[in-house]
Amino acid sequence: MTTTHHDAPDAKPVDVNDPKLSRFDVVKEGLRRDEIELITYESQFQGTNSKAEKRVVRNIALLFIIAGLAAFAFLGFYIFWPWQFELGNTTSDYFTPLLGISLAISLFAIGFAILAWAKKLLPHEVSIQARHDGASPTDEQKITGQTMIFVGDELNQGVQRRPLLKGAIGFGLAPIGLVAAAPLIGGLIENPHKGEHPDLFTTGFSAAKNGGNLVRLTRDDGTPIRPEDVSTGGQMTVFPGIPHGATNEYADSPTLLIHLRADDAAETRRNADADRRNQGSMWGNYVAYSKICTHAGCPASLYEQQTNRLLCPCHQSQFLITRNAQPIFGPATRRLPMLPLGVDEEGYFVATSDYKDTVGPDFWERP
Amino acid sequence: MKRRKADLQQAPVTFAKGVDERFQASTPLRALLNKVFPDHWSFLLGEIALFSFIILLLTGVFLTLFFDPSMTETAYQGAYPALRGTEMSQAYASSLHLSFEVRGGLFMRQMHHWAALLFMAAIVVHMLRIFFTGAYRKPREANWVIGMALFLLGFLAGFTGYSLPDDGLSGTGLRIASAIMLSIPVVGTWVSASIFGGEFPGHLIIGRFYIAHVLLIPGGLLALITVHLGLVFKQKHTQWPGPMRTNTNVVGERMFPRYALKQGGFFMAVFGTVALLAGLFQINPIWLFGPYRASEVSSASQPDWYVMFLDGLVRLMPNWQIYIGDYSIPPLFWPAVVGLGFFTTAPMAWPWLEARKTGDKRVHNLLERPRDNPERVGIGSMAVTFFLIGTISGGNDVIADKFHISLNAMTWGGRIGLIVLPALAYFIAVRVCLGLQQHDREVLAHGVETGIIRRLPNGQFVEIHQPLGPVDEHGHPVPIEYGGWVVPKKMNRVGALAPAVKGFFYPVEKPSEAPVSPGMPPVSGDTREEITSGRK
Repeated sequence: MTTTHHDAPDAKPVDVNDPKLSRFDVVKEGLRRDEIELITYESQFQGTNSKAEKRVVRNIALLFIIAGLAAFAFLGFYIFWPWQFELGNTTSDYFTPLLGISLAISLFAIGFAILAWAKKLLPHEVSIQARHDGASPTDEQKITGQTMIFVGDELNQGVQRRPLLKGAIGFGLAPIGLVAAAPLIGGLIENPHKGEHPDLFTTGFSAAKNGGNLVRLTRDDGTPIRPEDVSTGGQMTVFPGIPHGATNEYADSPTLLIHLRADDAAETRRNADADRRNQGSMWGNYVAYSKICTHAGCPASLYEQQTNRLLCPCHQSQFLITRNAQPIFGPATRRLPMLPLGVDEEGYFVATSDYKDTVGPDFWERP
Repeated sequence: MKRRKADLQQAPVTFAKGVDERFQASTPLRALLNKVFPDHWSFLLGEIALFSFIILLLTGVFLTLFFDPSMTETAYQGAYPALRGTEMSQAYASSLHLSFEVRGGLFMRQMHHWAALLFMAAIVVHMLRIFFTGAYRKPREANWVIGMALFLLGFLAGFTGYSLPDDGLSGTGLRIASAIMLSIPVVGTWVSASIFGGEFPGHLIIGRFYIAHVLLIPGGLLALITVHLGLVFKQKHTQWPGPMRTNTNVVGERMFPRYALKQGGFFMAVFGTVALLAGLFQINPIWLFGPYRASEVSSASQPDWYVMFLDGLVRLMPNWQIYIGDYSIPPLFWPAVVGLGFFTTAPMAWPWLEARKTGDKRVHNLLERPRDNPERVGIGSMAVTFFLIGTISGGNDVIADKFHISLNAMTWGGRIGLIVLPALAYFIAVRVCLGLQQHDREVLAHGVETGIIRRLPNGQFVEIHQPLGPVDEHGHPVPIEYGGWVVPKKMNRVGALAPAVKGFFYPVEKPSEAPVSPGMPPVSGDTREEITSGRK
C-alpha cells in the first residue's frame, strides 16, 4: 500500500457506523477527533513483496533467531560452565564475561530486530497534532478561583467569629505536629559531648580506657612493640593495646610510630620542645603522630622518607614530620596531633597520656 | 445440563465492552494510541536514564536477596582464599558471598553498578541537552526543577549504594562523609553523632544507609520520575523548528505502534550495553580492597565519577579556616556542604532568572539551536568547564602519577583553572556560536558554495554560489529568513549530487534521499539538475 494522504485540517466528521467505511477510515476519524493530521503515511517499499522488503524481513528474522540462540547460550553457560571460584582454576574466570557477552548479544539482537521492524517495515508517517497550551478559559479560572476563596471563607469565617476555636485549633494541632517529629528526632539524636570523657575528644590511648593504666602501643594483632622493632627511618602503624584497640571501634586511634634518623630527630625534637603541647612527647629518636588526617579523616599514611613528609591519599594534604606535622600543602589546616611516647618497665612503648590535641577532622567547637 | 457454547470470536469484544462500562477507557485509550511524538536522537537521552533505572530496580531486588546489612564482626570463611580468616563486617562478608558463591551474583552486582553509572551519566547528558536547547523555558520550568532533584537523589542513591559493601574504599568514603558532617558550623558534631549513632563508624550506619538506599531514595526517585514523565506527557514534548513545525503543533509520528516499538528496541539496546559492560569490564572489585580499617587506605582512592567533581573541589580548596572566637569553620565545609548544596539547587532557579533577564513570558514549544542563544551556551560552557575541572582534580593524583607531573602542580593548576578556564570557555563558546550564526546567514544570503570557480573576463576569480531560494532580476539571490533550523551548506544536501550508494553487501535499489529536516518529506530526486562548470 503506497498512499500519501493530504487531509485538510478541517476534515469532515464521518459516521463511524457507515458499513462502507474501511477500518483505516475509522482510524482516521479517531485522528480527526484527536486533532491529528496525517501528512504522510506510506509504505517503505515500492509494491508488495519487493526484493528490498524480502531482504529486510530476512534480516529481522535472522536477528530474532540470533537473539534466541544467544539466550540459549546464556542459559547453557549459566547452568554448565564451572562458576565456583577456585584458586588456580582460570575456567571459572570466564563465567561472568560469558554471561555478559551472551546476554548482550541476545538483547542487542532483540533490540535491533525491533528497531529494524519499526523503522524499515512499518509505514513511514508524519503526523501533526495540535497543542493546547496556555491557561484554561478565563471563566473556568474565575469559577475555580472563586470556589477556592469561598472554601477558604467558609473555614475562615468560622474561625474569625469564634476566637475560642482559633486558639483551640492552634493549641491542638501544633503539638500533634511535634508528636510526629519527636520520635524521629528523639530517637536519632546523640549527644557527642556526653560522658566525662566524650568519644569526640578521647582515643583508645586514654588511660581511662585501660582501667587507669598507661596504654601500650601494639600491632594490629595486639602484640606490644619494643623500640628496636622499628628500624631507623622506618615507620609502623600502631594501635592502643586495649581490647578491640585495633578494630574500627577505635577508628580515631591508629597512630604512626616513626623512628627518625638522628639529624631529623634532633630537628623534630627542637621543634617539638618549642611547642607547648608537644613538649617532651618524643622518646629518643621516636615520634608518634595520629594517622587520622585532620582534614577529612582518611589515614594520612603515605610516608615519604626522603622529605619527611606524610601525605594523605584522599585529598593530598601534606604534613612535615620534623615540624610538628604542620600541614605544608593541600586543604588541611591543622597539624597531626603528637602522641606522648614513653617506654614501660618491661621495655614496651606506652602512651604517657592521651593525645593532647583532638584527633581527626576538624569541627566547630574543637578546643 | 446444557452447556452454553462460548463464542470465542466475540470474547475480546465482550471483554473490552465490559472494561469500558466500568472505566470509560475508550476515549483516553484512543488518545494515548494516537498521541503524536516528535522524534530526534537527542530526545532519547532521558530514556537512557529511565531504562537504566528499570535495570537498577531489577538487579537491585536480586542483590537484596543475598546482602546482609549488618556491621557485626565475623571471621570470613568463604570461597575467596586471600581474605579467609580476616575479621570483617557481615555486610562485607555477604557482599563477597554474593560475588563468589552466588551463581551469577557477580554479574548482577556489576550490572547494578554499571547501570548506576549509566543512570547518572544519562541524567547529566540529558540535562545538558535540555539546557543548551532551552527546553526548560515556560511552560516546562517545573520539570527542570524535578530533573535537578532527580540528579541530587541519584547522587545520594549512588553514595549510599557504594557505601553498603563496607569494603576499604567505601569505608573511606563514609569517613569523609562523616568529616563533611562534622564540618557544619554549630551543629556538625551533633549531625554526625546522630546519623552514625555515636562516634564514627559505630554499628548502625550500614543498616541506616541500607533502608535509605533500597526504600527511601528509590521511592523518591520513582515518585519524581512519575511526575517528570507525566508532565512530559501532559505538556507534550518540545520539538525542533523546521518545516511545518510551529509553536502550537507537534510534528512526528503516533505513539503506537512505530514510536513505541522503537522505544522497546532502544530499551533492549541499553540493557544489552549494560550487560556487556557488566560482563567484560570489572567494576568495584571489593575483594581487592579488603574490609574497612580506619588505619588503611590505598592511593588512587576515587569515588564514582559523579562524586569526583565534589572530591576534586575538596582537594582544590585552600586551607582557609575561619576562626570565630573559640570556634572555627573548617575549609571542608565550603566545597562539600555549601558547594554541593549550591551546585545542585541554584540551577533550579535558572529558568526564572533567564525569563526575568530577557523579559520573556511567552510559551516555548520550539527548541532553540544552541548557536541562536550564545549567552546561554556561554553560561552552560562555564558550568561544564567548572564541573570538568572539578572532576579531573578528583583524580589529580592518578594523573600526576601516570603523566609524571608534580602533584602540587596539578593542585595549583586546578585552583587557577577553576577561576580562569570557565571565563575563557564562556568567551570561546559565545564566539563559536556567533561564528556559526554568521555562516548560516551567509549561506542564506548568498547560497551554497558549489566549489566551482569561475574566471571573469577581467581576470577576477569568483566562486559560484547556488542560491537556496528565488533570485531577483539581476540573478542575485533574494535573502531568506533564518528559520531556526539546519541550513543546508553542501550541494548534496540540496539534492544536487546523489549521495553515495548505501548498503554494505548490496546497493540499495533507490539512491537514498537527502532529508532537509527530520519529519519533512525528502527532496525528491527527480528535479535534480546537473551542475555544470558554467562554461558553455
